[in-house]
Amino acid sequence: MIIGLDVGGTHTDVVLIGQDCILRQVKVPTDPQNLLDCVWTGLAEVTRDVPPQDIRRAVLSTTLTTNAIAENKLVPTGMIVCSGPGVDPRCYKTNDYFYNVSGSIDHRGREVQSIDQMEIEAIASRLRSEGIRQVGVVGKFSVRNPQHEIQIRAMLGDDFDHVVLGHRLSGNLNFPRRIATTYLNAAVYPLHKKFFDAVKESLEKKGLHIPIYILKADGGTMSLEASLESPGQTILSGPAASVMGSLPFAAEDEETLVLDIGGTTTDMAILLRQVPLLDPLGIELGGFKTLIRALKTQSVPVGGDSVVRLLGERITIGPDRQGPAMAYGGPAPTPTDALFVLGKTSNGDVGAARRGLQELADKLGVGVEEMAARIFDEACFNILNEAAKMISTINSKPVYTVHELLEGYQVRPKEILVLGGPAPHFAFRLSRLTDFEVHVVPQWQVANAVGAALAKNTCEVTVFSDTERGIVLAPEENYSESVKRDYSKEAALELAFELLRKKCLAEGASQDEMEMEILEEMQFNMVRGFHTTGRNIRVKVQVKPGLIPEYKDIAQTLFNYCPLPS
Amino acid sequence: MLRAPIKTGLVFFPAFDWAISSTHPEREERLLYTQDQVFEEGILDVEGIIEYKPDLATYQDIRRVHFCAPEESRVVTESHLISAGGAKKIASEVMQKKIKRGFALVRPPGHHAMRVVHGCRGFCNINIEAVMIEFMREVYDIGRVAIVDTDCHHGDGTQDIYWHDPDTLFISIHQDGRTLYPGTGFQHELGGPTAYGATINIPLPPRTSEEGFLYALEHAILPILEDFKPDIVINSAGQDNHYTDPITSMNFSAQGYAQLTHLLKPDIAVLEGGYAIEGALPYTNLGIIMALAGLDFGQVREPDYRPEKIRQSKDTSRYIEKVIDQTMDYWENRLHLGEKARAGKQFAERERSIFYDTDNILETQRERLKVCADCPGALAIDSKTDSGYHVYAVHVPRKACSHCKELGYEWYDAADVQEFDRVFLQDRSQNQYIAKQG
Repeated sequence: MIIGLDVGGTHTDVVLIGQDCILRQVKVPTDPQNLLDCVWTGLAEVTRDVPPQDIRRAVLSTTLTTNAIAENKLVPTGMIVCSGPGVDPRCYKTNDYFYNVSGSIDHRGREVQSIDQMEIEAIASRLRSEGIRQVGVVGKFSVRNPQHEIQIRAMLGDDFDHVVLGHRLSGNLNFPRRIATTYLNAAVYPLHKKFFDAVKESLEKKGLHIPIYILKADGGTMSLEASLESPGQTILSGPAASVMGSLPFAAEDEETLVLDIGGTTTDMAILLRQVPLLDPLGIELGGFKTLIRALKTQSVPVGGDSVVRLLGERITIGPDRQGPAMAYGGPAPTPTDALFVLGKTSNGDVGAARRGLQELADKLGVGVEEMAARIFDEACFNILNEAAKMISTINSKPVYTVHELLEGYQVRPKEILVLGGPAPHFAFRLSRLTDFEVHVVPQWQVANAVGAALAKNTCEVTVFSDTERGIVLAPEENYSESVKRDYSKEAALELAFELLRKKCLAEGASQDEMEMEILEEMQFNMVRGFHTTGRNIRVKVQVKPGLIPEYKDIAQTLFNYCPLPS
Repeated sequence: MLRAPIKTGLVFFPAFDWAISSTHPEREERLLYTQDQVFEEGILDVEGIIEYKPDLATYQDIRRVHFCAPEESRVVTESHLISAGGAKKIASEVMQKKIKRGFALVRPPGHHAMRVVHGCRGFCNINIEAVMIEFMREVYDIGRVAIVDTDCHHGDGTQDIYWHDPDTLFISIHQDGRTLYPGTGFQHELGGPTAYGATINIPLPPRTSEEGFLYALEHAILPILEDFKPDIVINSAGQDNHYTDPITSMNFSAQGYAQLTHLLKPDIAVLEGGYAIEGALPYTNLGIIMALAGLDFGQVREPDYRPEKIRQSKDTSRYIEKVIDQTMDYWENRLHLGEKARAGKQFAERERSIFYDTDNILETQRERLKVCADCPGALAIDSKTDSGYHVYAVHVPRKACSHCKELGYEWYDAADVQEFDRVFLQDRSQNQYIAKQG
C-alpha cells in the first residue's frame, strides 16, 4: 500500500492505495496556521487499523514553503554574492544582509579576480553578530567554476547552521536566478527541517515507520532526507500533484491539455504523450524568478467561486473570489451559481443562486437560465483563450540551431483532461464548445493525492567540459576532473548518466524508476587562430517525470474506489 | 527585479549548427560565449526585454533588394534566410510598436552583400539590413531611413545597394580602406549623381580608440542625422573594432560600443562582424543590449580592459579631427556638389571589378543610370564573372517617374537572352520581379 497526501489551500487530500484500487480517501480542512496537524490527521485517518509494515511509502506535497514565500515569512539569511563586472548585482538584491564581494570568474570559468579573505571574514563576523544562522553563497559563472563559492564556504567555517552554494542547485546559466534560488533554499531550510522532523517524530511515536517522500514542483519525488539538501524544490508542488494524477488517463500518443479547475483559479499544464512538459527555466513565485525545476503550469484567475460581474453588456469572471458561491451562502454570483440555476448541481441553496443571477439577467434583459448559460460559457471561453495563449507561447520559444528552427516541434493538443471541483460540468460544456476530445479524470476530487502517491523520482544532471582548459565538471554533483584534449561528448554523456544514476539512488529512487534520457548534447570545436585547440561540450540528462513502474500499468484501475471497512 | 526603461526586442540566433567552414571565423562557436554571457547575466528575464524567435525570410523578401545569379537557391542557404528573417522579425515588432527598439543578434552577417549576388563575399551572401529595410518599406510604408554602419570593415554591400537612393542615408565608420578589407569607403565616395551625399564614409586610422569613435559620432554622425531627419535609424552593429579582434587593428571597447549605442539611439541594431568571440563579443553585445534597453551599462567591461593601454595617440586624434572636418565639408556642400556631378548628363556610367573573397569569384560590372531630374533614375547593370556567367539586371526605383519606369521595361525587353545567361527586372515601384533566359 502507498499513501499520497496533498495539502491544498482549502483542503488536505489523502489517499491510501492498494494493489488495484483506492482503499481510503480522506479530506481534511486545511488550517494554514497548523499544517502539521493537517498532515498528521490525514495520515492518521488513512492508516487507521492498517499494519504499518504493509505501507511501502508515503508521498507528501505541502504548501509549507510556498506559503512561507508568498507571505514573506522567511528567516533572515545572509547572501554573499560575487559578481564581477556586468549588470549591477544590486539589481538582484533578495533581502537585507546582501553583500556583493570581490572575486570574478569569466564565461569560460577562468578566474579574473580572486576572493578577498578579509572581506569575507568581516561579513561573517557581522552576520554572526546579527544572529544570522543561514547563508547563501553565489558566484557569477559558478557553474563553470565553483571554486570561489567553495572557498567562501571554507572561510565561513562552522559558525552557521546551514550554508547553501549556488552551483549545487542547478547547472543552468542565470546568475540572478541562481541568487534567488540560493536565497530561497537557505531561507526556507529551517522551516522545512523543523516541519518534517516533527512529521517523522510523530509517525515514529505512533510506531508508523513509513518511508516519507516529498513531492517536487517538477512532478517527481525525493526522500525526506534528500529534501533537506534542496527544500526549494518543494515550492509549488501542488499543481504538479494534480498533473501527475491525470497522467494515467492521458492519450499515449497524443498531446493533452490538463485543466485543474479550482475555486479561484484554473491551473493548466501540457502532457506530451503522457509526459508532463517542464518549464524551460524554473519557478516564479513571490517576485522571485528561480532555477527550480518545475512543470510548465499556468494559472488562470477563473474558477467555480470567481465573482461574476457585468461590464456594460459584457460578462466578466474573476479575477477575484469573495467567498463561496451564493448557493453556499456567499456574497456574489459565481459560475458555481450558474451550475445551480442550470440544474447541474443541487446540494445547496438554489434559490440564493437564482436571486444572484436574476439581478444580472435583468440588466441584460434575458431570462435567468439564459444568463446562467452565458456565464458558464464565458468561463469556458476564458479558460480556452488562456490555454491557446499558453500553447502559442510554448510554440514560439526561441531555438538556437538551423535544424531546430526548420524542424521546429509544435505542441498541438487534441485532448483535454479536466479535474477539480466542477470538473464534470466543465468537461461536458468544453466538449460542446470545442473540437477537443474532453475527458474527466476519474476520482477527480482526489486526483492530486493519487498523483502524489504514484509519482516517481526525477533528477537532472548537467555536465560541462572545456578540453582546452582540460576540465570536465558537473556542478550540482560536486564533481570535477581533469581531461585530455580529446575528451568527447560521448564520454561526457556516459559520465552524466553515471552521475544521474547515483543522484537518483541518493534521492531514494529504486533501480527501476530510472528511465533516463538526454535533454541536451552540444559539442563545439574551439578554434584559436586557425587551429582547433579544444572542445566545448555541454550535456544535460534527466529522469523524466512519470509514475512508479509497479503502478504504471494498473494506474487506471487504481482510480476505482473500493473503501476499506471502517 | 530589473526593469528596462526602453522596451527592447531581441532576436538571438547563434546558428549553432552552421559554419562557412570548420575553422572559419564565421563558425558554430562564434556566438557561444555571447550566449553564455547574456544567459548568465539574466538579460532575458529583465522586464521589458523580449526575446523573439526569428521569422524565415522568403525569396520574395530578397528580390526587393538583390539580383541573385543565377537564382536565390544557388547563393542562399537556410541560415541566411533565418538571419535576414531575424532582422525582419525585429522590424515587424518595432513597426507594430510592440517594442521601442530591437536588436537582431544573428549570424551570418550581410553588409558586404551587394545588389548583384554571385556568391559569398566578406562572409556575406545577402544583405540582411537591406532585406529588412525594403520589407519595412513594402509592408509599413516607411520613407526615409538612415543606416549607421559601425562595423570595422567598410559596409560596401550596403553602400552599393543604396548608392542611388536619396531616401536612404548610409553612413559607414570603419578602419581606413588602405589598411583593411574591402579596401573601399574613402571620403570622396558620396553616392551616385541622383543621391549625392546620401552616402557618407568616415575612414578612421588604425588604433583609433573610444575617444576617436565618439568624436566622430558627436561631430559628424549625430549632426548629419539631425539634418537628414530619418523616419528610422538602423545600426549595422559590427563589433570588430574591438581591441582584441583578431582580424582588425582598432582599439574600441565594450564601454565604447555601449556609449556609442546610447548616444546614437538606433531604432534597430543588426549584428554584423566581430570575431573576438571570447574577449569581445560577450561584453560588447551585453553593452549594446543594455544601452538599447536604457539600462545602466557602467559596470560592463572586459576582464582585461585597461583604458589607458588602448588610448589613441595625439596624432591620431588630430588626424581624426581633420577627417571629420572634411566629412562635414562634403555634407554641407552636398547639394552643390550633386548638381556638379549631374551637370548636363543624360546617363551616368561606372565600371568596376568586385571580388568575392569567400567564394573566389571575380565579377566585372558595368552600371548605367538614367540621370533623371524627377526621380532617382532607372538603373541597368551588366555583370559578368570570371567563369563567364553573364547577367543583365534592371532596377526601377521605388519612386521612379513614369519615364524611368518605361525606360526600365524597355531595357529589360531589349536585352537579348542569347547574349546573357539571365536577364532580370526588379521594379520596386510596382513590387515586381521578373527574369528571363534563353
